[in-house]
Amino acid sequence: MKVKMLSRNPDNYVRETKLDLQRVPRNYDPTLHPFEVPREYVRALNATKLERVFAKPFLASLDGHRDGVNCLAKHPKSLATVLSGACDGEVRIWNLTKRNCIRTIQAHEGFVRGICTRFCGTSFFTVGDDKTVKQWKMDGPSFGEEEEPLHTILGKTVYTGIDHHWKEAVFATCGQQVDIWDEQRTNPICSMTWGFDSISSVKFNPIETFLLGSCASDRNIVLYDMRQATPLKKVILDMRTNTICWNPMEAFIFTAANEDYNLYTFDMRALDTPVMVHMDHVSAVLDVDYSPTGKEFVSASFDKSIRIFPMDKSRSREVYHTKRMQHVICVKWTSDSKYIMCGSDEMNIRLWKANASEKLGVLTSREKAATDYNQKLKEKFQYHPHVKRIARHRHLPKSIYSQIQEQRIMKEARRRKEVNRLKHSKPGSVPIVSERKKHIVAVVK
Amino acid sequence: MSVMWAAESLQALSEQKELEDLPKDYPSSTSEDEGESNGERKHQKLLEAISSLDGKNRRKLAERSEASLKVSEFTVSSEGSGEKLVLSDLLEPVKTSSSLAIVKKQLHRVKSKKTVELPLNKEEVERIHREVAFNKTSHALSKWDPIVLKNRQAEQLVFPLRKEQSAFAPIEHVLSGWKGRTPLEREIFNLLHKNKQPVTDPLLTPMEKASLNAMSLEEAKVRRAELQRARALQSYYEAKARREKKIKSKKYHKVLKKGKAKKALKDFEKLRKVNPTAALEELEKLEKARMMERMNLKHQNSGKWAKSKAIMAKYDLEARQAMQEQLARNKELMQKLQVTSESEEEERSAEEEDDFVPDAINEVQMTADGPNPWMVRNHSGDAKEAEIQKDPEKLSEPMADKASESEEEERPVEEEEILLKEFEERRLFRKKSGLNQDTEPVGRQETKGSSTPEMLSELRTLSQKHNKKHQSRKQKVSSVKAVMLVQREGPAEEEDDPLLLQRPERAKTLEKLEELGKEGYFQNKELPRPALKEQQLERNPDNQPGAPKEKKRKEQMIDLQNILTTKSPSVKSLVVPTTIEVLEDEQERDQKQMIKEAFAGDDVIRDFLKEKREAMEASKPKDMDLTLPGWGEWGGLGLKPSAKKRRRFLIKAPEGLPRKDKALPNVIINEKRNIHAAAHQVRVLPYPFTHHQQFERTIQTPIGSTWNTQRAFQKLTTSKIVTKPGHIIKPIKAEDVGYRSSSRSDLSVIPRNPKRPTICHKKKQLKKNSKD
Repeated sequence: MKVKMLSRNPDNYVRETKLDLQRVPRNYDPTLHPFEVPREYVRALNATKLERVFAKPFLASLDGHRDGVNCLAKHPKSLATVLSGACDGEVRIWNLTKRNCIRTIQAHEGFVRGICTRFCGTSFFTVGDDKTVKQWKMDGPSFGEEEEPLHTILGKTVYTGIDHHWKEAVFATCGQQVDIWDEQRTNPICSMTWGFDSISSVKFNPIETFLLGSCASDRNIVLYDMRQATPLKKVILDMRTNTICWNPMEAFIFTAANEDYNLYTFDMRALDTPVMVHMDHVSAVLDVDYSPTGKEFVSASFDKSIRIFPMDKSRSREVYHTKRMQHVICVKWTSDSKYIMCGSDEMNIRLWKANASEKLGVLTSREKAATDYNQKLKEKFQYHPHVKRIARHRHLPKSIYSQIQEQRIMKEARRRKEVNRLKHSKPGSVPIVSERKKHIVAVVK
Repeated sequence: MSVMWAAESLQALSEQKELEDLPKDYPSSTSEDEGESNGERKHQKLLEAISSLDGKNRRKLAERSEASLKVSEFTVSSEGSGEKLVLSDLLEPVKTSSSLAIVKKQLHRVKSKKTVELPLNKEEVERIHREVAFNKTSHALSKWDPIVLKNRQAEQLVFPLRKEQSAFAPIEHVLSGWKGRTPLEREIFNLLHKNKQPVTDPLLTPMEKASLNAMSLEEAKVRRAELQRARALQSYYEAKARREKKIKSKKYHKVLKKGKAKKALKDFEKLRKVNPTAALEELEKLEKARMMERMNLKHQNSGKWAKSKAIMAKYDLEARQAMQEQLARNKELMQKLQVTSESEEEERSAEEEDDFVPDAINEVQMTADGPNPWMVRNHSGDAKEAEIQKDPEKLSEPMADKASESEEEERPVEEEEILLKEFEERRLFRKKSGLNQDTEPVGRQETKGSSTPEMLSELRTLSQKHNKKHQSRKQKVSSVKAVMLVQREGPAEEEDDPLLLQRPERAKTLEKLEELGKEGYFQNKELPRPALKEQQLERNPDNQPGAPKEKKRKEQMIDLQNILTTKSPSVKSLVVPTTIEVLEDEQERDQKQMIKEAFAGDDVIRDFLKEKREAMEASKPKDMDLTLPGWGEWGGLGLKPSAKKRRRFLIKAPEGLPRKDKALPNVIINEKRNIHAAAHQVRVLPYPFTHHQQFERTIQTPIGSTWNTQRAFQKLTTSKIVTKPGHIIKPIKAEDVGYRSSSRSDLSVIPRNPKRPTICHKKKQLKKNSKD
């Protein structure tokens, strides 16, 4: 008679070496793991709550300036270096890892209006209210040397902004007109103008590097082509645009920070309708900078807060503020897309995390898997009311909060009035204008 | 605006031209017409004009008839005669002299040419420039469209997009670039650099290194060539090996093995002749290997490979053979003295999985009888074995018997093999017959009459045998039965499908046929159907309930008949009040009748009432039965808990609130909605989804590792954007995505003095614009 016995193959459970992982047999039969939706829902809810618990975005404050910080610049090669120019003409270079100032230059008399680094990171340019453009070495002066600029260009008018070309030894300044300079010359190689108002900022396109965008105080945004030495098109908005920023991953997209509390993302080929109107600020937006991934951008506002917007959403996903932060004048997203810097009126530069609840430093693989899973869960259940409520909740200073309420009421009233007008007039006589088109006054060819 | 203006100016120009084409001396001035006082003069002029119409082209000088401020000596008054000087006037005197013909011609040519148009004003020109430039730029930008779209839709984006090459700068380079700033630093630096002492590797100075490196040119060349050759050869071999490794053909490998074995043999022979002691050593080594092999029981049927083959053996001839060979090999190894078989084929295929023992052993056995006496010892026995194994197709009872005699443990295995073989044969046969079927689907019944029954009976026996061996020891009875069955089946098979292994199906078809016959749709055939059917029933007890089924079907038919004959129940609407009906005129009634007739089949009201009743039932609180069978009394199959106990443990549900729709006959109010749950539910379908089912499906598919395998979990939870900490993400470049960079240099194109395109060209564009 044959006796049948239970037998097991040791290959199935014995490790070959001690270093091998223990084999955990799992049965994926769905009947053994019931209630998948409720369980995942609870996990998602917990993940959302934890995200809020761990949301501590503020990292450091760099103090040292003796006047409001007017402009910021990133170093193109070093993540730890950042440059700032203040309203008293002082330029400081900071080390972010040590969180201290490594160099101080009294660059101009009056404001430092603009600062930009050369693409190679060896030198940087500043423009100031003293009608000069100065080029400085990135490294400090050697022992016993005087701190002085490499070149100084004396202009006829005040320059209000500067930006360097992304590949070549060319930079652009703005003021009465947009000038394009060769680094070796003291005269601009070409000047472009369209209209008579002063131009507040000029930006090179990082991808198609011959393109420039500028915004002037007569409420318009003008695009230029450097190769053909001609302006391309002009769009006039309701109110003045303070600055623009090009998307570093999408050549034809740029975002404009406007005085009417909104930001407008344009496709430069179709300027008559912005791709998206981003609204959440309650005061003029002063600066904007794209994340190097091109998916999000950060905006600084006069309402003492900075906000992070996804490029394709009209509402912000995050708002940062502190009690002591005053009107934020400039903002930059670091080139590793992890941090945000902002310079404000009260002389400080602040360093924030781009993802408020992100854990900094090296993650173990299990930690990483867990965060990824949590992220996916949050995404999956983002429409559920409780998750949504917790994820959306932000504490705001009273001033901003009350202004938001106020503006909501105003907006509602306007909308109601519009609806009423539409209702009580002959059909077709009152045109329905979409929110996007509402703010565009004209496009000039 | 400006466009309009330009158009107007153009118009004006062309009008002027037209004026010029009018009769030359026709007065066209307008200044003279003014005022009443010079009416006479006007009259005079008119007369003159009329007189000039008669052909004579008389020219009159303007007469000064009154005081004028501007008097010229050439009798040209400021008023003028209103005549314009045109080219033809100038040409008139030329007409006479032939010497001026060339000039005349030239002048004519000039005359035929059109006047140059006015240049556009600066603004216009700039505008056109801008437009052209914008179109060009936006065209250039549109090349980014696909990339942007791709990146937006990408499942995952990893930044930085392009991997940077980590550049390791040797410390010497770094140091050479560095210069001392302070005097002290400089001094130290000078000291260090004076003797050119290397910084990191302080063994050799550059001079020494140079002297060491010195090598004559020829030497270097030769060495280089050698290296090159070696590299090339290596790469060839590698490629070849790779190619050969990829070849899946068993035959090829067989041949290869054979070749290898032969070569080994040859080598061995050579060795034996040249150096007998070494050969002996070799042999010993081989023997040792064999012993090792025997000890480690590698050829037991327990390996992964063997197991997989055992699974596949049912379906695959080759796997079966391989298994057999392995078993044989095992047997050989287990028998100490009966060494290996001679058959090469077995050997080779058996050795596919273990290259441990080279084939040389067997070869030596066959060819060399001298050097190893124990190898020859059992030659005859080997031969017998080989004979048996050589003909696996004929493997049959005697062989099995022998095996059982020799080793009792092996018996089941052998049996299994036989079974497998039989099975395989049968399968082959079936295939063949299947092929036959395919080739001759028509007239199969006639042709197969003679041949199929025999084959079929054979098949039957085979299958029965197989069954018998698989099931139990009561083979004999069953086999007898099987034979009988087969015999009985004979005629049935003749007229039907010869391979009816799926009996139930066939029975079903027969049943159907029969039914059809009964109902008279089908002419009865002179086939021994009833008998057949009985047989079938006998054979398949599963099919017994066939008869009741039939009955049922019949009943259904009858029911259907009933339905058809009886009138459809008249629908009385409970809802519609009768008073209104009275008021309705005939037309409406007709219409209502029509609707009634149209929807006669579906009784909406009854359905609704039923639905409501069901809803009420469902919403009623249920009693809770907490009785546990076997608790406090005997339990088991067929035993029920006592009524007393049931009564005791039955918790009656409290009577809930009355339903809200209790008094409303036409309404069902759903009271199921749970407020507490509703707080957690999504109320509006979120944006990207178009249907609630889509959304529900995404929610219902879990992504956690509890429900998914590790790999799936990882795939499901990959983050959309991955950035590396500490890496600078640069803006996307045309080169990154495979485009040529937009321009050699942005600067080189800047024109110092931008050349304007010709005005004519612009004019065309302008016209186009103005049309628009």
